[in-house]
Amino acid sequence: MNDEIKEKLLKKSRATRSEFRGRIISFVCTAIIVTVVVSIFYFVASKGLATFFSNKVNLWDFLSKTIWNPGSTDSHGSPQAGALPMIVGSFAVTILSAVIATPFAIATAVFMTEISPNKGYKILQPVTELLVGIPSVVYGFIGLSVVVPFVRHTFGGTGFGILAGTFVLFVMILPTVTSMSVDALRAVPRYYREASLALGATRWQTIYKVVLRSSAPGLATAVVFGMSRAFGEALAVQMVIGNAALLPHNLVSPASTLTSVLTMGMGNTVMGSAANNALWSLALLLLLMSLVFNLVINKIAKRGKF
Amino acid sequence: MDSKKWDKIATGVLYFIAGVMILILAFLLIFILWNGLPHVSWHFLTSPAKSFQSGGGIGIQLFNSFYLLILSMLISIPISIGAGIYLSEYAKKNWLTNLVRTSIDILSSLPSIVVGLFGFLVFSISAGLGFSILSGALALTVFNLPLLTRNVEESLRSISGSQREAGLALGLSKWETVLKIIIPEALPGIITGMILGAGRVFGEAAALIYTAGQSAPPLDFTNWNPFYIASPLNPLRPAETLAVHIWKINSEGIMPDASQVSAGASAVLIIAVLIFNFGARYVGNHIYRKMTGTK
Repeated sequence: MNDEIKEKLLKKSRATRSEFRGRIISFVCTAIIVTVVVSIFYFVASKGLATFFSNKVNLWDFLSKTIWNPGSTDSHGSPQAGALPMIVGSFAVTILSAVIATPFAIATAVFMTEISPNKGYKILQPVTELLVGIPSVVYGFIGLSVVVPFVRHTFGGTGFGILAGTFVLFVMILPTVTSMSVDALRAVPRYYREASLALGATRWQTIYKVVLRSSAPGLATAVVFGMSRAFGEALAVQMVIGNAALLPHNLVSPASTLTSVLTMGMGNTVMGSAANNALWSLALLLLLMSLVFNLVINKIAKRGKF
Repeated sequence: MDSKKWDKIATGVLYFIAGVMILILAFLLIFILWNGLPHVSWHFLTSPAKSFQSGGGIGIQLFNSFYLLILSMLISIPISIGAGIYLSEYAKKNWLTNLVRTSIDILSSLPSIVVGLFGFLVFSISAGLGFSILSGALALTVFNLPLLTRNVEESLRSISGSQREAGLALGLSKWETVLKIIIPEALPGIITGMILGAGRVFGEAAALIYTAGQSAPPLDFTNWNPFYIASPLNPLRPAETLAVHIWKINSEGIMPDASQVSAGASAVLIIAVLIFNFGARYVGNHIYRKMTGTK
């Protein structure tokens, strides 16, 4: 009798055991995610760095040379892996589309929060949600059948190029930047507006001098986030950019981005060859850029807390 | 007087831009549905694609999209719920939690093509799965996990602390409190997030072209044995999804009616996404009403 009670007291209860089990299960799930992230970095870096260590491509040549033909070698015997055309292409479409999208997105967000918070918000909220949900290949297809012919008729050339890519990315990142800007504007405390209006400022003066300025970090975060989306977008851009690994002369000549070369090339090269390793270096560059965008967003977001 | 005039002008400009935004969506939707819907028929939805002749359908691609979606959700839902519980209930404020949060942030901001290439390298080549539904589903899991996890965590966090205290006061362990009190209450939010995640996965293509492959071999819809090579359920066969199909026939297709097929397929894709979007809201509200008894 005594022993039985003693045993019961010394043994862990059912609840304790289930608690322990639950803690382990949920921790393992979290560990899986961290492992995946670490292994993405490890695998992409190990492949991408092979260009520089086993194929002996100079890092500076990789970033500054303009001839992309990693299957063949130059006079020094190292592969011709000059990624500058793709780097320029990626940055060009990213920056241009962000430059066009920013005023549209912020204006729409201001309209939704300051001008017409009831009716306008109710209409535009689902509009932005639906636009976010449209798959990127559909944007690419529309770009191919509407934007490319339009650019061809208006500006000449084939229609494929940075301009078409910019248009497609502009529409793609517009809803994302808008909805994040809305969040930023809504975070501005109400008494900021009241104070400004009480001083006799008009609504526009309040928006321009108080609301937009105090939410500037949040708006900047939204724009940088949109840029990181644009930088990493692959298929929609690949469909309209023309896929020529040349340094673009103008906005309507065929060009390429990091993502478009990756999309087209990965299936046509043999694993482990110099051409394939060079593609992985592009992937590594893409990975590092998304890290940079992440850091910038974190830096800005820290400043913007009310 | 001047500032009042500026106020009017600015308001007008803002109205105009908001209108443009609505026009863009309206144009996109009308363009896709107007061009695509005439090509959508029962035959189009069920017959296999043809590479060199016109008149092909999207039957196999449509099936692949759904099968891939279900497989990847089966893998990612339990993991994301587990990780969400850990982050909202168990995680302490220390460097380890910071590390976890940072990696989820990084994972969610990775370009999907990088996720696809990682899947290609690890699942298709190293693990020997080849171009298969399974490696596609695993790549989509990687792509979807950070957003699902964040959604679960936020839904759990929005439940008030008094519910947790009530559970603990009744003598339940923390884990039991989470499973029996917190999760049921957070369920509407979790399910809404899952359906939205499903919509995102359904339209994803970049992560799939090098994992699930770009070919859709004919399927034998009479044999449902998962180990048979042409069985629809075989997880080791290559499977081109609807989104990949649209990309494929537009970028390197030799199909004579490529633009009609992609218009039709785009319309189907958009309708599916719309259904996911509205379904998420409807189901979330419905469950909430059912569980709380509010009318």
